[in-house]
Amino acid sequence: MNILETDGEKLLAAVRDLLAAKGIASSAEISERIAITDAANPGQGARMVAKAWTDPAYRTLMLEDGTKAAEELGIPMRGSAPLGVLENTADVHHLVVCTLCSCYPRAVLGYPPFWFKSAAYRARGVRDPRGLIAEWGTVLPEGVKIRVVDSTADYRWMVLPLRPPGTDGWDETRLTSVVREGDMIGVTIPRI
Amino acid sequence: MAAMAPGTAVRVKDDWPETRGPVHIRTPHYLRGLQGTVVRGLGAFPNPEDLAFARPAAQLALYHVAFDQPAVWQEGRAGDGLLVEIYEHWLEPA
Amino acid sequence: MDKDVPRAHHDLGGVSKFMCEPVDVGPHALTDFDKEVDGLSGVLRMKRLMTVDEMRRGIEAIPEAEYHRLSYYRRWMRSITDNLLRKGIITEAELRAALERV
Repeated sequence: MNILETDGEKLLAAVRDLLAAKGIASSAEISERIAITDAANPGQGARMVAKAWTDPAYRTLMLEDGTKAAEELGIPMRGSAPLGVLENTADVHHLVVCTLCSCYPRAVLGYPPFWFKSAAYRARGVRDPRGLIAEWGTVLPEGVKIRVVDSTADYRWMVLPLRPPGTDGWDETRLTSVVREGDMIGVTIPRI
Repeated sequence: MAAMAPGTAVRVKDDWPETRGPVHIRTPHYLRGLQGTVVRGLGAFPNPEDLAFARPAAQLALYHVAFDQPAVWQEGRAGDGLLVEIYEHWLEPA
Repeated sequence: MDKDVPRAHHDLGGVSKFMCEPVDVGPHALTDFDKEVDGLSGVLRMKRLMTVDEMRRGIEAIPEAEYHRLSYYRRWMRSITDNLLRKGIITEAELRAALERV
């Protein structure tokens, strides 16, 4: 049997043992890596969005250099792929997909959700984006065009969604609570 | 290859390296041979086609290129579009 | 209708077979296995023992039926193992012996 066909759990255990014995990758190093990835979560992206909604200079920075904007809020980006931010407007709504694999702005938002990695999402996003976002009950207002962003290369993309109506005078903290993971990928639209 | 300015009309090469041996290509099949418009340059990065096989990888310019949805699929809504990162060696002037 | 082109099987944009498939939008917690594979790949990348490009190539080399049958992180684990063997970081003999012991 092709050794690669061995059950994944067994491969993991065997590979971990070998790499630890060879001093290549220890359990502590793997645990540390898990902890770093666990620390990233959609709340980090929500903070960026809320700040962009209230601070025009930060909004400009976020659109020009997403990585720098993330770092400015204390989000660790060293060693991560460059972050690109796509601005939704009254005319254009962005939807992020990776048809070839599952490229996701992990450093900011954390692990990609199950649906983002699924064959159905990867296939449908570029060809039937409106039908796809309807799976979340999302319907775009009349006249809004959709722009599907296929993450094929070195950038990782997230969406700067539109600030929902009814939030005048809200501070950053309150605005952060409005922004969900799906809003920053484009499958949903923020609402109060 | 000279840098391509925003607004340049480009065609994605109608090439299929997949038919010639093991490869790692980051230009989606559904764009090959199609026309799009350069939106902006995204910088330069080492060629993933070579990195994937641990070969020395040249720095290549990466572009964000826009395509019209109906032109790609013969379905979809006018005005809807796609925005895809494409490496310079996959693009030729249209 | 699919485009009549020699598409690699992981190159899924617009593929007809999936166009009517519903998306499972519910939350799915990662298992310990998932996180450990993810962590392991991160360590190997940080130490420049494997690039994300090499890992993708290994995933794309999984035969089509297996590619769709395996869970996301089981594909990663298969690719990580493939790459470690290709680079001689571990040998097949060592791996078989280690598999006997787990």
